[in-house]
Formats: sequence, structure tokens, C-alpha cells
Amino acid sequence: MTALELPATTGRERSRAYWALADCWNVTRRSLTHYQRQPLAIVWQLGFPIISVLLYGYVFGSAMKVPGGGDYREFLMPGMFATTMTLGFMNTAMAVVTDAGKGVIDRFRSMPMAPSAVTAGRGAADLVVASAELAILAATALAIGWRADGGPPAAVAAFGLLLLLRFSLIWVGVWIGLLVPNAESAGGLYAIAFPVTMISSAMVAPSLMPGWLGTVAAWNPVSSTVTAARQLFGNPVAGGGTWIEEHALLMALVWPLVITLVFLPLAVRRFQRLSR
Amino acid sequence: MSASGDAVLAERIVKRYGAKKGAAEKRALDGFDLAVRSGTVHGLLGPNGAGKTTAVRVLATLLRFDAGRAEVAGLDVARRPRQVRSRIGLAGQYAAVDEVLTGRQNLEMFGRLFHLGGGARRRADELLEQFDLVEAADKGVTEYSGGMRRRLDLAASMILAPPVLFLDEPTTGLDPRGRGEVWDAVRALVSGGTTVLLTTQYLDEADRLASHITVIDRGRAIADDSPDGLKDRVGGDRIEVVAAEPADLAAVAKAVDRVAGGGLVVTDAPDRRVHAQVTDRVAALTEVARSLQDEGIAVEDIGLRRPSLDDVFLRLTGHGAQAPDGTEAAA
Repeated sequence: MTALELPATTGRERSRAYWALADCWNVTRRSLTHYQRQPLAIVWQLGFPIISVLLYGYVFGSAMKVPGGGDYREFLMPGMFATTMTLGFMNTAMAVVTDAGKGVIDRFRSMPMAPSAVTAGRGAADLVVASAELAILAATALAIGWRADGGPPAAVAAFGLLLLLRFSLIWVGVWIGLLVPNAESAGGLYAIAFPVTMISSAMVAPSLMPGWLGTVAAWNPVSSTVTAARQLFGNPVAGGGTWIEEHALLMALVWPLVITLVFLPLAVRRFQRLSR
Repeated sequence: MSASGDAVLAERIVKRYGAKKGAAEKRALDGFDLAVRSGTVHGLLGPNGAGKTTAVRVLATLLRFDAGRAEVAGLDVARRPRQVRSRIGLAGQYAAVDEVLTGRQNLEMFGRLFHLGGGARRRADELLEQFDLVEAADKGVTEYSGGMRRRLDLAASMILAPPVLFLDEPTTGLDPRGRGEVWDAVRALVSGGTTVLLTTQYLDEADRLASHITVIDRGRAIADDSPDGLKDRVGGDRIEVVAAEPADLAAVAKAVDRVAGGGLVVTDAPDRRVHAQVTDRVAALTEVARSLQDEGIAVEDIGLRRPSLDDVFLRLTGHGAQAPDGTEAAA
């Protein structure tokens, strides 16, 4: 816990890079302390995906079929993992808009700390929480019979791609958090975020949807990560044979990079605009 | 500190908003001047929208400005913002503390971000003691009262014991007890040598805490004086009578005029209110009450009040603290 801490007397002469990292860690630590102070928050946050797994797996699952055969729950689990990663950007946005509204971001900006740490620390904490979410979801999935048949290295790669998607969406969350006026309007974004996860291959194969909707769903960045994870986990893929579905592994890397390239500069610009 | 002994210096600062094409340009600060002597509390007094918060945000390096020069603790704000940040504390209009953490966790977190390292814990203990928060130290901030939150906020802004502290409306929204708590904390800081620039909408708050007051209106300093000097300019106490019947307003104004010593008698018709400045408070009150009784005029209320920010503005600018909407007409 205290690896980066030094007595004040020796601390001041450290380099800028050292302090950028130390500041980032302290902001991360602050966010993680929230979960220690509010254990219920993490129960709610994890409860939603677990309940979703059970609802979709057993309620809808009974009526769902997977094109090309295969067990629906096997098909569903990578979709639930990706859905949880995608909706996670709302947590980032909520945390940022709350800090901005209470003046905590202004306090940070008036302090001699590294400005980058304000958002980088938030992002690092989000990735730690996302890893915990994936671990608990995977445990739930294993308990209801899901298996990763592709072998441990492929499974690790699949979880890596899921976290990469979450990483790219941190910047969407930070940008939105700095854009919207208050937490209430940020909450309204669920109305957009939810369809984004539904119109994808996460729960239903795009080939079963009406043609145009299937195309939109197949090109949804979430779908590439879901399909790539299914391939790596050795779960039923149910691909429709389109180019985008055939290149899921590549696109599961490309999409998050594109999202990061677009939204990281937007988030940074928004942050800098605070001083205009 | 600069050679002049000013901890904060602003010269002809201009801050424009909405300067993009199409949008009408608004000048939040329009040639703003300010000089705060080291070791004093300086009040920046003005109504909502006058530019108080913008001025503080510019001086605390949170906002870039378009023209002019600013110095804080002897350092140029525009050129050396990083160095300025290690010499200032800022407490804004909201208690900018983490609601979920405890008071102690907040102070330790901010202390580490101020690069105190292992010293953060000890500094947190000192500040909890200094701001009388020891008992609540390990409670979540959600359980704190408004006054306690502001005190924690002040403590967080004092982690480095900065030479200059900016307080933006530190008591807005607090009950009288909370205000008293914050005032005591500010007084204690100043006795320790900190220079404080405090914005407020309340003349009595500036009067109680500040040794010098700058009045700001539409982005410009319109007066700069000691509290007594300002009050002398504005005038002393005022007598105020609220008539029971609108028809009696003229008679009430006449009675008030007799004790006003030739001063302006203001009739506020919609509120049936007449007021004027008086020199001898008690004699004026007795006299007006007696003459109204003799003439058989019923009054709803009669009393003395201290000059308000509104009076300051009326006197200095010719318009009230709120946008002039015609409710106040001179008789």
C-alpha cells in the first residue's frame, strides 16, 4: 500500500514522472477506498450482471436458439461479460460528474499535483473494479455450467480483450462526465447505453435479426469483442459469415483503439477547457 | 511576496466568455483591479454574477484570463501556475470533499496529493485538531453538518499551510451556527499569518472578518475601502416603516423625512415600505413612532436596520444589488 510513499523531506525533489505515477496511484486508491467504505455499492454493482446472467440464461435462454447449434448459456456468457464491460462507462461518467459538481476536480486542479492523475487515477480504479467484476461473473458462469474450452492462454487473451474494451470506454465516460451538467442527466444515458449493448451479438446472433438491424449489430464494436471472446473461450460463435464477423479478433483490437483515439483527445480537450 | 507587500495583486484583468463568433461576448471581468495586503483578510463583496467567483478562479489558476496581470504570493499567475498552486489554498462554494470517505481519509488523501508522503497522516491529525473535528474524524462526511463540512473543506485547503487562502462564499447555505464556526476558523487562520481573500454577498460577513473590502460590480472594482470607510460612504443605520395602508404612504414618508436630516427618503410602494438613513438611531425611532401615533396612522412594522449590500450598491452604483427592475423608486 505504501510502496510509493516517502517522507515529505525527501519527496519534493522527485521527478515529474514519479509524481504523475504517485498522484495517479493516490487517486486510484481514493476510488478503491469508496468500495471499502461502501461494501453495498459493490454488491449492487456486481448484483446487476449476476442477475442478468441468471435472467437471460434461464428465462430467455429457454426460448433462445443458437444458429449453428450449441448451448445458449455457453453462447450468452461472453456476451454478458462484454455487456458488463460496456455499461461500465456509466460508472466512470457518474464518478466524474459527481466530482465535477462538488468542486473536487477544481480542488485537484488548484493543487500542485499532476493534472493527468485526475483522470488516469479514475481510469486505473475502473480497470481494477472491471477485473473484479469479470472474476465474479466468470465464477457465476462456471457455477451454471459455462466452460472455457479454448485453454488457459486463450481464456486470458479473451479477458484481456474484454478489459481493452472497458479501457477504451473509460475515455467515453470521462468525456461524458465532463460534458453533462449533473448526475441526473448522466443517468439518462442508460437509455442510450442499454440499446448499444442489446443491438449487438451479445445476447442474440445478428443473423437472426432483421437484415438492416443485423448489419448494425454486427458492426457494433461490442459484437467484435463478444465474437472474439467466444472464439477464444471455445464457445458457440454463431457467425453469419460476414467480413466483420470473420475478422472478430482483429476488430476486437481495432475498435477499442479507434474509440480511444477518438475519445481520449476529446476527454483531454474537455478537461483543458475547464480553464477557459 | 511582492515588493509592495501585497499577497494578491490583480491589474486590469479581463476575462471574456462566449467570445466565439455568433455568440454575444460577455465580460465576466472587465478591467478588474485588486490588491490584498499580506497577513490580512480582504473581502470581495458583490451580488450574484458580479464576477467574484471568476476573480477567485482566475487568481487560483483555475481559469485563464484574456488580459491584465495577476500575482499571487509574488508569483505571476499566468506564467508560473504550478508554483502558485503550492502556495495557495482554495475553498469554493461547495465543500469540495469526498462524501464517501471519512474526514481523516479525506485529509490524508489530499495530503498525499500535496506530496506530503508519510507526513500526510500526521498533518491530518493536526488539522483535525485545529478545526475541531477530532470526534468526527472517523465518521463518513455524509454524517457531517454543513458547518463541519465547510470546516473540513477549510482544513483540506490548509494542508500545506499556504500563505494565501481563497474562500469563495464560505458561509453560503449555512445556518447561523455553521457561519459562526466558519468565521472562528477563518479568524484563527489569520492570526496564524495566512492572507485570506474572501468573497461574500453579505456586508456583515465582510464587516466582521475583513480589514479591507473591495466592492465588485459587473466585473469591475467599484470601491476599495475599510469596512468603516465603506459604511461611512453608504451611510449609517436606516429607519424603516411599513405602512398598514397604501394610502398612508405619503404621510409616513413625511414623518420619516422629519428625522432624516435632509437625507434621501426612499418609498418602496409595492411593499408599503419607507426608509431613510438616520444619525441618532434611538431618537429617530422614538420621534417617528410618536408622530405616527399622534396622526393616527397604523403601521405594520417599524424598526432600525443596518445598511445592507443593497444599500451599498444603491449608493455606489445607483442600482440595487439585484438587477434594477423598478421596485425601488426614490421619493
